[in-house]
Amino acid sequence: MHPALQALLIIVLGVGGCVGYFWASNLVLDKVIFPARGDRAARNIARAGAVRPWLFLMPALVALALYLAYPVFATLWLSVTDQKQGGAFVGLDNYSQMLGEAKFWESMRNNLMWLVVVPAAATAFGLLVAQLTDRIWWGNIAKSLIFMPMAISFVGASVIWKLIYDTRPEGQAQIGILNALWLNFDGGIGSLLMLKLLPVLALAGFAALVAWVGWLFARPLAGGAPAERAAALVPLRLFVAAAALWLVWKSLAGIAGIVMASPPYGAPQTWLTLPYWNNFFLMAVLVWIQAGFAMVILSAALRAIPEETIEAAILDGANPFQIFFRIKVPQIMGTIVVVWTTITIVVLKVFDIVLAMTNGQWETQVLANYMFDKLFRAGDWGVGSAAAMAIMLLVTPILVWNVWNARKEMR
Amino acid sequence: MENIAGRKSALNWAVHLSVLALVALWVLPTFGLLVSSFRTGDQIAASGWWRALTTQEQQLSPIRVEGEEVERNGAYEIAGTLFPRARSTVSVWGTSSRAIDAYKAGETADLDDGETLTLEADGSYLLRSPVSLKDTRLPRIFATASQPPEFTLANYRTVLFGKSTGTSIGQAFLNTATVAIPATVIPILVAAFAAYALAWMSFPGRALLVAAIVGLLVVPLQLALIPLLQFHNWIGIGKGYLGIWLAHTGFGLPLAIYLLRNYMVGLPRDIIENARVDGASEFEIFVKIILPLSFPALASFAIFQFLWTWNDLLVALVFLGTGNDQLVLTGALVNLLGSRGGEWEILATSAFVSIAVPLAVFFAMQKYLVRGLLAGSVK
Repeated sequence: MHPALQALLIIVLGVGGCVGYFWASNLVLDKVIFPARGDRAARNIARAGAVRPWLFLMPALVALALYLAYPVFATLWLSVTDQKQGGAFVGLDNYSQMLGEAKFWESMRNNLMWLVVVPAAATAFGLLVAQLTDRIWWGNIAKSLIFMPMAISFVGASVIWKLIYDTRPEGQAQIGILNALWLNFDGGIGSLLMLKLLPVLALAGFAALVAWVGWLFARPLAGGAPAERAAALVPLRLFVAAAALWLVWKSLAGIAGIVMASPPYGAPQTWLTLPYWNNFFLMAVLVWIQAGFAMVILSAALRAIPEETIEAAILDGANPFQIFFRIKVPQIMGTIVVVWTTITIVVLKVFDIVLAMTNGQWETQVLANYMFDKLFRAGDWGVGSAAAMAIMLLVTPILVWNVWNARKEMR
Repeated sequence: MENIAGRKSALNWAVHLSVLALVALWVLPTFGLLVSSFRTGDQIAASGWWRALTTQEQQLSPIRVEGEEVERNGAYEIAGTLFPRARSTVSVWGTSSRAIDAYKAGETADLDDGETLTLEADGSYLLRSPVSLKDTRLPRIFATASQPPEFTLANYRTVLFGKSTGTSIGQAFLNTATVAIPATVIPILVAAFAAYALAWMSFPGRALLVAAIVGLLVVPLQLALIPLLQFHNWIGIGKGYLGIWLAHTGFGLPLAIYLLRNYMVGLPRDIIENARVDGASEFEIFVKIILPLSFPALASFAIFQFLWTWNDLLVALVFLGTGNDQLVLTGALVNLLGSRGGEWEILATSAFVSIAVPLAVFFAMQKYLVRGLLAGSVK
């Protein structure tokens, strides 16, 4: 049968089946099992009422259990067995094999870089655009255009950005816009401004922001109000402070590296094969896609800020920057965290972009693509499942946090 | 006051300019690809897409002389033009790849066996030979010409209907639609009933179920690949459309239930209570009241799910076969990147075919998409 016909049939069957199931099961419940008639009518109505939610939930619960919950445990089991030995239990062998592979550590390192850079950059761009477009008359058009990449597939975006990074041999006309721009730099004053001063300023700004966040978390440890010294939060505070310290150190090292570096001016670069830097060129694709998402959410949050707080700040003589950083940002901090974690989850699963642009070559491997390599190219289900569990492990803190928040809200 | 007003307008200008710069940064990548998809391979290779509107001096790919042979004054002649359509201007040309600038426009080249070839600046050529040219290899012309801007739809014809691309994008387009449409429609109803139960029916364990669904929202589907493939093989459907419809349904359900439940909880309590008092059954309440009122949320989810299934690569790679009748657009694009990475006219056009539908959906239903995003994450 032609697939399109099959698709049509499955739509009719699927929708019809759903309607039929809900209608028929309700009918059976009300008329046959617990009929609201005779001397037990009241009891029967109550019983039918107790069963009905489960009738409504059943198809969804079966699908969720089968397609999302069961695989977690099945993958956990696969990760401690070996297919070549007929599925025998091998304990943590797959994990130790995985931990011994250089490619795995490369993936971990890259994934951590993605985790830091992409949510930060996407949220920052989103916040910037949301704030800037808030009051201008063509703001909605601008937002719509920046939001557009959300609709483009990761693979389509990879093609789009591959054209940007395209390289022709020296002497030929460059058709990648990045190389065309690059060839304009010759090491003069313009290059100094754009390629040294600008990145240094950006990195310094990032380091300052991180240091500030780290300080916010660490300050209560040094002896603040007793209410802030909740014992449960101490490990979290220590962790954030340590991570912030590490990031500041990395940024300072980066600044030093930029100042010392002497880039190869005048020669076209194959951007996607430059070790270390190529990761950032891949990240740019995801930032480009996700910034629109951040913008939409943060723009709604900015609009929800009570007007009086801003008016009061203006009357008190605050300048626009003070209003933004000291009045607006603190009020939408909760939303910023939500956006950040949502993008973090996307980053943890990033696969298509790396597969389409470099396929993990030139030190750009990430966990999801490493896992795909192991599962479907090397056919090693044990190590592949172990890698999948590693992704799951990285997602778990966010999962717990989300569930905790949802429960808090339900009460 | 004047001072403040002055500062404000300067700041205003800065805001307009920076937004303009950001929008340009965000639109240009896509725009570049769009422009490239309307240029010929030669044009793309010769200049960046940002030069598409200027006249280009470029070296053409070699063109072999062809045409009807005419006998005139004892000599055999073939006349024709290099540029049947566009108005280009030849500057220099040659007849061998080693000397592509041997002659100027209007000059006559002496070839072997007494043949002569003349090429005018407007691209018309005249090949003259003392003997008949039938069944001989005619010479090739290596011309350098300045070409006016020209755009073509030929790439789209090649990609959609041609067989030369190896994998037919037209077929992949149909395959993608075959995957995406049922995978969008089926989860909606399943999720709607569950969401209603979670929002408006009270039963023990409801809070726990909601929490579990919030948890499942972020479970990476990478974990599901092998176990589900095993499961599909076990129940006998293997790799194919049925499998991917089921998989997309399962993966889309948490978001669907979450979005719809959040929306339904906000519906006015009075309507539902009144209906209950009037003797409507839960099934009737759902079908006649909840479903019509929830239309915005249903639309939001439908758009999400459609964009996600249309753009998905991973699930299609795992749950569909690799044959021509099952290859989706994203998979075909990845293949093209591998096999024809340098042929930008094919790549750009294929990419545009693949993102055209999501972009159309996006611009047509942006309102619902934004609403869904806000309901799904601002909590």
